[in-house]
Formats: sequence, C-alpha cells, structure tokens
Amino acid sequence: MKIQRIQELTDASIVCGSEKRENDVQCAFASDLMSDVLTLDCGNVLLVTGLCNLQTIRTAEMAEVSYILFVRGKKVTSDMLELAHENNMVLMETDHSMYHTVGELYSAGLLPIY
Amino acid sequence: MLFKFELEGGNFSKVGYASSQIKKVLKQLAIDPRIIKRVVVALYEAEVNVVAHAWRGTVVAKLDADKISLELKDEGPGIPDIPLAMSEGYSTASEAVREMGFGAGMGLPNMKKNVDELTIESQVDVGTTVRMVTWFNKKGA
Ligand SMILES: Nc1ncnc2c1ncn2[C@@H]1O[C@H](COP(=O)(O)OP(=O)(O)OP(=O)(O)O)[C@@H](O)[C@H]1O
Ligand SMILES: [Mg+2]
Repeated sequence: MKIQRIQELTDASIVCGSEKRENDVQCAFASDLMSDVLTLDCGNVLLVTGLCNLQTIRTAEMAEVSYILFVRGKKVTSDMLELAHENNMVLMETDHSMYHTVGELYSAGLLPIY
Repeated sequence: MLFKFELEGGNFSKVGYASSQIKKVLKQLAIDPRIIKRVVVALYEAEVNVVAHAWRGTVVAKLDADKISLELKDEGPGIPDIPLAMSEGYSTASEAVREMGFGAGMGLPNMKKNVDELTIESQVDVGTTVRMVTWFNKKGA
C-alpha cells in the first residue's frame, strides 16, 4: 500500500519524508512497546504507535523500520525529525486513536506481519 | 578497530548512539545487512539495559576482520539471578522506563537470539558485564 493511501485512509499528515509518498509498504505492526519492535524480522514495514519520543526513532533505526505513523494526536519533536531525516524515514501523524487507525488500514487490505 | 562509548543511568537521550555509530561502520565495511541488523539490535538492547537498570557504564566494540566483539560494562545493582533475568517477560523496569516504551522483559532473550555468543557476569550491588560476539561469515541463525 502506498504511503499516500495510508495518509488518506487515516487522515494523517506527513511530517517527514513527504517526497516518499509514492513508496510502497508491505505490511504493518502496531505497538507502544519498543521491546516488541526490536523483535520484528521484516523489512519495509509500517509501525503504528502511540509512543512518541526520540527512542521511537532510535528503535526504528535499529529495527530497520522506515515508516512510522503516530496516533492519538502525538506530535513529533524537532530532535525526532532530525534523527528521522538522517535515517531517511517517513513520519506521519494522525489524531485518530490506535484502534480506529489500525481498523482503517486493516480493512483496506494492509497486511499484518503476523 | 576499537570503539568506546559512555552511558549514563537514566539518561535516555544518549541511548542508541553507540549502536548507531557501529551500524554506520559495519555498513561502510559492507557487512551482510542481516548480520548488521542482528548486531545493532542486540547492542541497542544492551545499551538500553545499562541506561534503564544501572548507574553508569561503558560500551567497547572491537572490530576484527571476521567478527565483532561487544562489551558493556556497568556499575549498578547487578543481576541476582541471571537465568531468571534471561527468561522472556521477566522485568524489574521502573515506571519511568516503561513510559519510554521498554520493560517488557524481552531484551536479554532478544540479545541471545541475535548474537552468536552471549555471556553475562554480574555481581549484586557492583555491576554487570555483558559480552557478545558475532561472526561475519555465519549466515543468519
Ligand atoms: N545491566 C543490568 N543491570 C542490572 N539489571 C539488569 C541489567 N540488565 C538486565 N537486568 C535485569 O534483567 C531484567 C530483564 O532484562 P531484559 O532486558 O530482558 O528486560 P527489560 O530490560 O526489563 O525489558 P525490555 O528489554 O523488554 O525493555 C531487567 O528487568 C533487570 O531486572
Ligand atoms: Mg532490556
């Protein structure tokens, strides 16, 4: 599924990497637990999370996750943006809840990892 | 090549710096990306453990032609029961650590899964030393 389509489905805004809106994401994973994210064994994945701090970006860097969608109106800070930019990531923000967001994406056919 | 980094207990802003630097070096050396991911995930988990559970520590990464050896040595409360700490889901992480998205008790098992050799030495109220070795010629376990 294209980033652009994910953005539309979840009423999100792209706050980093908007030039990659045509990129395709294979599957998605939702968690607020960075410990979980670090056990993922899959590239090209979208992380949907309510945990919005520098560690989210660091964790994504190590886990090779390039696409992150922050839910519940969480706002990305400037140091997060900087690190995300350095690592060529796409960051999106939506005001919707985690439940609403993953529901929209799942029913539109974005596959879960597991 | 030898790399050294410092870690400070409770200071989450620095955690991941060592992993990030090592990742860049391994990439430059054109190591298999799957091996790079396994090494940096394990190193990052170990860095987070020092910051989350100990008072201060150092990361030493030694790079040889055929392997990378990582040593994380900390001053801290130590681990009284290492097999228990190694079991999935066991965690003594504080509320503050949980708020950072950690403390699921998955770190040590995940480190074990991602490296070729893991050894832990610990003395209660003194500190913990974690050593990890990964060979570059071995393809994913
Ligand atoms: N360097 C350390 N010093 C003291 N105790 C430690 C250290 N590393 C691990 N521990 C102990 O071992 C437990 C398990 O560690 P592990 O990394 O598996 O989980 P966690 O750090 O609690 O959570 P997670 O890694 O999933 O975020 C910790 O909760 C802590 O009690
Ligand atoms: Mg841990």
